[in-house]
Amino acid sequence: MAMTTIGIWVAAILTLAIYSFLYRDNPIYKLAEHILVGVSLGYFVGLYWHTTLIPKLWVPLVEGGNVLVLVPLAMGLLMLTRFSLRWSWLSRVPMAFVIGAGAGVSIPTAVDARVYRQIEATMIPLTSLSSVILVVGVAATLVYFLFSVRHEGALGKVATLGTWFLMVGFGATFGYTVMARISLLIGRMQFLLGDWLHLLAD
Amino acid sequence: MAKRGVPLALCFVMGVLMAVQFFVPHPLSRYVYENVLDWMQIVSVFALAVGVIGLGRIHWRRVVVRRAGWRYSIATLAGLAVMGILGVVGGIEQGTPYAWLFRYVQAPMQSTMMSLLAFFVVSAAYRGFRVRTREAGILLAAAMVVMLGRVPIGEAIHRAIPIASNWVLNVPNTAAMRGITIGIGLGAISTSLRIIFGVERSYLGVE
Repeated sequence: MAMTTIGIWVAAILTLAIYSFLYRDNPIYKLAEHILVGVSLGYFVGLYWHTTLIPKLWVPLVEGGNVLVLVPLAMGLLMLTRFSLRWSWLSRVPMAFVIGAGAGVSIPTAVDARVYRQIEATMIPLTSLSSVILVVGVAATLVYFLFSVRHEGALGKVATLGTWFLMVGFGATFGYTVMARISLLIGRMQFLLGDWLHLLAD
Repeated sequence: MAKRGVPLALCFVMGVLMAVQFFVPHPLSRYVYENVLDWMQIVSVFALAVGVIGLGRIHWRRVVVRRAGWRYSIATLAGLAVMGILGVVGGIEQGTPYAWLFRYVQAPMQSTMMSLLAFFVVSAAYRGFRVRTREAGILLAAAMVVMLGRVPIGEAIHRAIPIASNWVLNVPNTAAMRGITIGIGLGAISTSLRIIFGVERSYLGVE
């Protein structure tokens, strides 16, 4: 209970420290900002230690006797050569491994999820005005992204239509983002006025 | 030669191997795929270590030479050390000091930081949403309909507003996002091929 109370006070003070930026940039905000940077990085240290290094490296190697995991361990250690001017080129090996494997994995994934599934979802019966608008919108947006052909004549008109669809998409995304930020603001206000100051009715 | 040739060859082999394994429904292929994904995670942890050491070195140097703002660097180093050590030594489960720090320090600060953007987004919208072109007008109209449709006042103004908001999200917005997604997919495929075949090699850095 005491730790919860201390925690609420700490969270409230840090929240106010960050909101002090609304007045102007100041030392209190800078202090909170720097704490956040350190704590956020420390969070990943703890997280990856327990979710990756221990279960995927230490346990298979020490308890399971799987010497194959020495390969990623060696590559990981090569990554640390970035701090040496003479040997930093060795860090290209693990980089190449991760980037090459990542690129290989992303090809079938992109074909399936980003292309095939999207086209499949667009091939719908044109039984309503909305379905017609959806199909025309996807086609027009794709035409807009066709940069290897001049947007002139009929193609130009379709590309302009694509621009309008894109503007609706950006507007909707903007509206959604604003509402998400406002929700967070309401959440912080509820925390300060409710959990901390107990001014809100339960 | 070895400085660039070995990484390029490794990138090609891993790229082709991981792309081809998707089409080979064999237990061995699955085993290789899962192992390589685990290995990528292990290597990525060391990439994080490079980041931690780099950040630590920069801030440590600022403190040692008393450069401007060095006192803030102490806060960064303290936050990194406390959270990192508590996480490694004490565990990350509920009830640990690490979880307490996450709940009462990191999470509130992150969500406050994000909520701070609400103020700046509104001021940016005020400056950016001047309706000078047809496109800007369409963008403004879509944003207004979506925002009004998400709050009770929208329905109070007219009950069609939430319906219009949902329609905008589900039909023209979906059409645009689907077009963008297909474009991103094609771009990702071409970029991946460029990386695998060594056309794109910026990750190797400069000599």
